Amino acid sequence: MLEVRDIFKTYDNKPLLRGISFSVSQGETICLLGASGSGKSTLLRMIAGLEFPESGQLLFNQIDLAQTPPHLRDFGLVFQDYGLFPHLNIFDNIAFGLKMRNISSAQINARVAEMMDLVNLQGFETRKVTDLSGGEQQRVALARALAPSPRLLMFDEPLGALDKSLKEDLLNQLRVILHKTKIPAIYVTHDQDEAFTIADRILFLHDGEIVRAGTPDEVWKNPISVHAAHMLGEGNIVEGRMQNAEGTRSVMNVETSFGMFHVICDHKHSKGESISLLLKQSEEGMDEIQLTVEDVLFNRDQFEVKTKSGLVIQMKDAPKIGQVIKVKVQVQCLT
Amino acid sequence: MQNKNLNHRDTKSPRFNFLSIFAFSWFTRSLLWLAPILFLLIFFFQPLVRIITLAFSTSAFTEANFQLIVSTLGFTFYQATLSTILTFILGIPSAILFARFNFKGKSLLRALTAVPFMLPTVVVAAAFNSLIGNHGLFSSSFIPHPSSFSLILTAHVFYNTTIVIRIVGNALARLDPKLEAAARSLGADTFHVWKNITLPLLRPSLFAAALLVFMFDFTSFGVILLLGGSNFSTLEVEIYLRVLKLPNLPLAALLSIVQLIFTLIFSILYTRTINQVTTQTAPRFSLANKPKTIKEKIFVTTLCILLSAFFILPLISLPIRSLTRLEADRGQRGEVQYGFTTDYYQELFINRRGSLFYVPPIQAAANSLGYASLTVFLSLALGYPAAYALSKPTRLEKFLDPLIMLPLGASAVMLGLGFIISFGRSLASPWFIPIAHTLVALPFVIRTLQPALASIPERLRESASMLGASPFRVWQTVDFPIISRATLSAATFAFTVSLGEFGATLLLTRPEYPTIPIAIQRFLSQPGGLNFGQAMAMATLLMLLTTLAILVIEKLRLSNSGEF
Repeated sequence: MLEVRDIFKTYDNKPLLRGISFSVSQGETICLLGASGSGKSTLLRMIAGLEFPESGQLLFNQIDLAQTPPHLRDFGLVFQDYGLFPHLNIFDNIAFGLKMRNISSAQINARVAEMMDLVNLQGFETRKVTDLSGGEQQRVALARALAPSPRLLMFDEPLGALDKSLKEDLLNQLRVILHKTKIPAIYVTHDQDEAFTIADRILFLHDGEIVRAGTPDEVWKNPISVHAAHMLGEGNIVEGRMQNAEGTRSVMNVETSFGMFHVICDHKHSKGESISLLLKQSEEGMDEIQLTVEDVLFNRDQFEVKTKSGLVIQMKDAPKIGQVIKVKVQVQCLT
Repeated sequence: MQNKNLNHRDTKSPRFNFLSIFAFSWFTRSLLWLAPILFLLIFFFQPLVRIITLAFSTSAFTEANFQLIVSTLGFTFYQATLSTILTFILGIPSAILFARFNFKGKSLLRALTAVPFMLPTVVVAAAFNSLIGNHGLFSSSFIPHPSSFSLILTAHVFYNTTIVIRIVGNALARLDPKLEAAARSLGADTFHVWKNITLPLLRPSLFAAALLVFMFDFTSFGVILLLGGSNFSTLEVEIYLRVLKLPNLPLAALLSIVQLIFTLIFSILYTRTINQVTTQTAPRFSLANKPKTIKEKIFVTTLCILLSAFFILPLISLPIRSLTRLEADRGQRGEVQYGFTTDYYQELFINRRGSLFYVPPIQAAANSLGYASLTVFLSLALGYPAAYALSKPTRLEKFLDPLIMLPLGASAVMLGLGFIISFGRSLASPWFIPIAHTLVALPFVIRTLQPALASIPERLRESASMLGASPFRVWQTVDFPIISRATLSAATFAFTVSLGEFGATLLLTRPEYPTIPIAIQRFLSQPGGLNFGQAMAMATLLMLLTTLAILVIEKLRLSNSGEF
C-alpha cells in the first residue's frame, strides 16, 4: 500500500534522513522507534504531505504522492498533544473531516456516534475540548482521525504525554481498533514497550537511517545493529578484534578483554577489524566470563550488579563487593 | 517543640527593608497615598466634575449643539473606521509575514514598524508633510497632490500597523501548528483551514487589534489637526475649536463627555477581548519558515520592500527636507538658491521681528526640555509612593488602582479643557503644562515601577541579611539595582511623553512659552518656505530627541521585560 523509497532530507544543513525506504501493507502496523531528533516525526509529516523530501519517492497503491496536497491524501494523523481544535466541541472535532468531504449531516451524525462508541466516549458530544482529561482528549483525537475512514493512520508519539497505566490501557484499545478496522498504520515512538505492544514490524531509526527492521520477536532476539542493541538496552556491548576472516556465516574468532569468543557473523569482516559483540546473560549461553563485583543495586526481584569492567548483569542473590563471579553469556555479532 | 519555636521566631523576625516599616501602619500607609490622590483630585477629578457640570448645564443642551455633535461623531466614526480598515489591509499581510516567515533583517524590519508608535504626533504629521504634503519632497506638478484626508488616513496606518502586527501576529505565531496540520490531514484545503481553524482561533486577537486601532484613530488629534487643518472636525478637533477658535465651552464640555464615554466603552471591550487572546496554547517550535514556493517568495519580497519604503521614507524625508530648499521664502525676491541649506536650522536661533514668537524659536526646545524635566520629577515623586503601595496592595488599595489609571481614558485635549474651566485665570502660569504632562505620564510611570517593586521577593532581602548585609547594604545590593533600572525607564518614558505632548499643551500654552510641538504647529500653519523649513528642522530635532529616549528605554527593557 504505502511505499517509502529512498527519502533524503536535511535540516539546518545537517542530514536528517538518509535514504529511508520501507513499505506498509494492508492491516499492518509499522512502528518507527528512535530517539528524539532522529527525524521520525519529520518522516511522518512528509508522508502526511506537510513537508517535502529533498529526494526520494512516496507511493500509495503504486501512485506517486508528490503532486497530492495533504488534504487530498486521505491519511489520518494523531499527535502527541492531540491537536484538538479548541474552539470546537467534541462532536465538531470528530465531524471535522467528514464535513470537509461534504457528507450529508445525517451520515455525519451516524458516523460520529459510531466513533464515539468505538472510543468509549458516548455522551461527550457537546463537551468542550478543554474539559477533558489527557486520555479522553487522545481518544477524541483518535476518533477524529478514524471518522473519515482514512487509507492510512499515522501516530506521532500519541501516548507520550500520558501516565503509564493509562498508556497501557489506551495502547490495548488502539491495538483492538487497528485490528478491527484493518487500516494500515505507522506508529512513531521512542518508547520500546509501546513499540513491542503495538507493532507488527519495528523499524529502528538512528542518525537518519533504518539500522534494523523486523518483527518484535526478531529484533529482540537478534538486534544485529549496535544502535538497536543500545536502544533495547538488553545485554552488554563489548568491543573486540577479529582474528580470522573466512567469508560470511562461518564461525569467527573474536578477541576481547573477556577472552576469545567464537561467533557467527552475517556480514563479511576482515582480519584485525574491530567489531562489537552483544553479550546476553543466559543460562543456555555457550561462553562463560569472569567479572569482579564493584557495586550492587537492589532492583525489585533481583540485583543489578555493576562490575569492574563496566558490564552490568542481573543476579538473584546479592554478591559481595570485590567478589569474582562467573556468568554464562550468549554472544552475538553486531554491526 | 523547638521546631515550633523556630517558626514562631521566623515570622516575627524584623524585616530589613526601610520601606516595609510602612507596611505595618495603616496611618503611614495612607500617607503614601496622600500626594498622588490629592494631585489627581485637584488636577483630574475636579476638572472632570467641572466639565460634567458644564456639559449638563442648560446652555449646552441646544438643538444646534446636538446637530453638531451628531455630525462630528459621524465623521469621527467614519474616519476611524476607514483608517482601521486600511490599517488592517496592510497589517494582516504584515502579521502573516512576521508570524510565518523567516528572512534576513526580520527583527530590524519589525522594530522599524514599531518606531512610529513611539513618535510624537507632530513628528509623524511633519514627516508626512515633508514627503507628500504640499511642500513635500515628492510634490511636483506631475504627481497629483494627495488630499488632506488621504494624508490623515495614511498617517493613521503608519501609526497603528504595528498594533495589528503585534496582537494578530503574535496570536498567529502562537497558534499551535498541529491544529493546521490536523485540519489538513482531515481533508481541509488552504481555504478551509483559514475559514474553519485559523480565523476562528484568531478572532479574539483580530477583534482586540481592531478595537485598539479604532480607539487610537477615534481619539487622534495631532495628526488630524496638522495634516487636515480645521477642515476635518473630529470630536477632538471640534473640542479644540470650541475652546480656542469659536469659543463655546459648554459645547466643548459636552463633546468631551461624549468622547470620554466612547473611549471608556472601547477600553472595557478591549480589556475583555485581550484577555481571551492570551488563552492560546504556545507551540513547541516556531511556525516561521524561509519562504519556499515562488508564491511565498514573491509575497515576502514585495511586502518587505513595501513595508521598508512605507516606514523609512517619511522618517528619512523629514531630515532631508529640513536641509533642502525647494521654494522661495515668504517675501523673498530675486534669485532663490535651491538645494542644500542649513538656513532653517540657523533661523531657529534668531529672534526676528514680526515672527511667530517673541523669542528665538530654539527657546521652544529649551522650554520643552524644562517642562520634560519637571514632568519627570513630578511623575516620579507622585508615582513612587503609589507604585510602592500598589506593589503589595490591601483590598482597599486594589480599588484605587483603576482610579489612578482613569486619566488614560481622558484625551489630552479634554485635560486641557478641564484646566481652562477650573483654573481659568491662573493659567498664565507656565506650571500647568508640566502638571498636565504629568497627568498623561503618571499611569505609565506607575505601571513601570509597580511590577519592579513587586518583583523583589522578601526572600532576597532575607537571604542578603542572613548573609550578613546591614539594612543599608540590603537596600543597596537588592532593592536598588532592581528599582534603579525601572526608575530610569519610567523617567525616560515621562520625558518622552512630555516632549511630544501636543493636545493639552496646545490648549494651555502661552505665546511666550512655546514647546517644540507647539512651535512646529505654528510654523506649519503659516505660509512660506522658511516657516515650513523651520517646522521641518524643529520636527527633526524632536524626532532625534525622542529616538534617543526610545533607544534608552529599549536598552533598559531588554533585561527587564514588561508589557505596557
